Amino acid sequence: MTKLARELLFPLIAVLAAFIVGGILILLVGDNPLDTYRLLLGAALSWPDGIGYTLFQATPLIFTGLAVLVGFRCGLFNIGAEGQLYIAAFATAWVGITFAGWSSWLLIPLCFAAAILTGAFWGAIPGVLKARFGSHEVINTIMLNFIAVALVSYFTQYHYKVPGDPIMETATIGPGAHIPRFGRFIPNFPERIPLNVAFLLALLCCLLVYLFLWRTKWGYEIRATGSNPSAAEYGGISIRKQIVLAMAVSGGLAGMVAINEVLGYRYRYYDGFSDNYGFTGIAVALLGRNHPVGVILAALLFAVLQHGGIYVDGFSEHVTKDIVQVLQGIIILFVAAESFFKWLVGRVRPVERLRA
Amino acid sequence: MLELREITKRFGDVLANDHVNIVVKPGTIHAIVGENGAGKSTAMRIAYGFYTPDSGEILVDGQVRDIRSPHDAIALGIGMVHQHFMLVETMTVAENIVLGAEPGSALELDLKNAAAQIRQLSEEFKLAVNPHEPVEHLSVGQQQRVELLKALYRHARLLILDEPTAVLTPLEVEEFFGILRRMREQGKTVIIITHKLSEVLAISDEVTVMRDGKVVGRVQTKDTNAAELARMMVGREVLLRVEKPEPHAGETALEVRNLSVITSTGAKRVDDISFKVHAGEIVGIAGVEGNGQTELIEALAGLVDPAYITGEMLADGKNLNSLGARVRRELGIAHIPEDRHRRGLLLEFSLAENSILGVHYRPPIAAYAGNIFLDENAIQKRATEIIEGFDVRPRNAALPARALSGGNQQKLIIGREYHVHPKVLLVSQPTRGVDIGAIEFIHRQLVTLRDRGCAILLVSAELEEVTSLSDRLLIIHEGRIAGEVDPKVATLEEIGLLMTRGH
Repeated sequence: MTKLARELLFPLIAVLAAFIVGGILILLVGDNPLDTYRLLLGAALSWPDGIGYTLFQATPLIFTGLAVLVGFRCGLFNIGAEGQLYIAAFATAWVGITFAGWSSWLLIPLCFAAAILTGAFWGAIPGVLKARFGSHEVINTIMLNFIAVALVSYFTQYHYKVPGDPIMETATIGPGAHIPRFGRFIPNFPERIPLNVAFLLALLCCLLVYLFLWRTKWGYEIRATGSNPSAAEYGGISIRKQIVLAMAVSGGLAGMVAINEVLGYRYRYYDGFSDNYGFTGIAVALLGRNHPVGVILAALLFAVLQHGGIYVDGFSEHVTKDIVQVLQGIIILFVAAESFFKWLVGRVRPVERLRA
Repeated sequence: MLELREITKRFGDVLANDHVNIVVKPGTIHAIVGENGAGKSTAMRIAYGFYTPDSGEILVDGQVRDIRSPHDAIALGIGMVHQHFMLVETMTVAENIVLGAEPGSALELDLKNAAAQIRQLSEEFKLAVNPHEPVEHLSVGQQQRVELLKALYRHARLLILDEPTAVLTPLEVEEFFGILRRMREQGKTVIIITHKLSEVLAISDEVTVMRDGKVVGRVQTKDTNAAELARMMVGREVLLRVEKPEPHAGETALEVRNLSVITSTGAKRVDDISFKVHAGEIVGIAGVEGNGQTELIEALAGLVDPAYITGEMLADGKNLNSLGARVRRELGIAHIPEDRHRRGLLLEFSLAENSILGVHYRPPIAAYAGNIFLDENAIQKRATEIIEGFDVRPRNAALPARALSGGNQQKLIIGREYHVHPKVLLVSQPTRGVDIGAIEFIHRQLVTLRDRGCAILLVSAELEEVTSLSDRLLIIHEGRIAGEVDPKVATLEEIGLLMTRGH
């Protein structure tokens, strides 16, 4: 078996198994699983709305998947992507509102910088805490999620909400901060579909993350730290620096969700916009085996499920879109149970280890 | 007692056992020696029912037996102690021993009776193990005795021991051999798998030598010697004694003044040590493991927080105390660590990626755009030089380091550290778990490096190694230098006393 095939095998088994178990559940509820799946996939892959929305949904998941991946590669579990992207989204909107009159040439780069740097800053905090005091990043990233959400809600509610607006959202950003939607370039692709150039940026980030981790000295140091911190230290690598760097890069990637959301979709900060992107990113990174290409594939799969799920809700007799949650849950369960599968495969065809 | 006849076992493409014949006489200690991968463990695992042979038969007490699982083997009176202990740390000795053969009814565990039995066995063989002690409180040597008790409790008449001394200190080895001799007196039969020749000669009655899956020799221990066994194991003449010219010691390259190292819990591991290492000489540090050697080397390599260090470390007269590991490497201090899995290698990384650890951030490895990117060609070139220069096998730089045998992993590390042309080399246990053939090679390399003017500080638990390689020998005891001897004239007894008593 080639390396690629081996890498793909277990995620594929997980997805397949999820669909089978999900199918049994659909049967129990009283619907035909094949019809349900056809509905789900058909809706998610129709042109232009299905594909447009699916890719739009995949965009934040690629960013957060990459964020979690970079952390994982350094041996860190960043559960704080959710908080990082909230803070970043608010900061991005703030820049877009405050400098509303500026031209695109200045304002868009400034907004990008706001998204990336704020996310990186929020991610670096637990990194510094771990490097300096040894406090665990899992606890601190979770705590910082609450702080981030509370902080941006406060500012939205009391300082940046448009008077009289019943919705928890800020004013709109200047038109110079808008980034183009796909409808602008693709014929017969309506501009109401929010798919925008942030998707291309997400793909570019996959390439950049790959180059960063596997082709630069910094990436080498991050991966060495993740693989064996004692050996990294022996090789003259400062583990503390790598922890802070990896958390900052991770946070920056999570923060880029703001580009899709604020600059390409709602053109404002909208409180509670994230559909658990930060947490789904963990599943995306795991299913994608912590590789940028895997993250793209996993993000697309999760986006298909999420977008298709809406139609399942509307058009099938008994099944609701909760089936999507069930499928996602089972996929994650099976991915996590990889060692169980390996054991199972080992039982069926004993792979005897050679030791003399 | 046990006979393997024409046993053949194949794993995929590898013929692990090729028509192996082994005869073990009752009431003897039988050593099976060979390099890593020679097929010793495979043959014994077949005897213990772990593997079923592709062909051949096993005879116990002269009768052909079908041993399909360890369960069958135990029923026939065969016990095996593995290299890695199989004990539940949180359970007591007695609980561990009865595990899998619990006495009493299904509802009630009768530990009292078992404990009495264990105590009796322990006294019979002078094992000094308390049945009620939790295993996690025991030393490695004691844990090994629990493993022996486990086999004895199941009425084993034949004990197979896989590399039993690998985890023991020299003193524990002596004690352990005493236990084996008592077992032989009581009529038990012992098979010991090892690659340490001195131990074979010290303990066994008969020796079977294996190489490349075949039995290549069968001798009475009293009729053989280390050189002959080594030749059979490796298949060529092996120099067991290091041949080295007189050293040409130059300037002081490394100096330690009143160095003390404490742990985070405040225990003093290195206690006011001072010494010098000159360019072109090998200074050895002998001592029972755990007497501060690890901390000393790690402190010198820059791997200990300076807050835990007092005294001075100087290289070429430059104070090292506040310098990190990277700067020390840049000053020409290389380090071959004692634990290659923990410190020395990134096991998931390829050989190529491992070959650049420590120099990955500077030219020629890091290049382009202000030396940010890794130069793939430079990495391959370096990896190839190391792999070919130090005969690392298999010669495939893309393999993960995990896939290599211990000896080849060690050669990769040594090659990597040599490649920087160090002025000072800190070496810890350079040949631990390494084949005889590779040991000879590593020793030769150390001497060559010395003769090129490198100052070498060598720590080894192998007394023979440290005495034959060193030009000067310091003995460490409880973190202090207990004495300095001339390794050419000092006797092992003299060194041994300094190691254990400290004066």
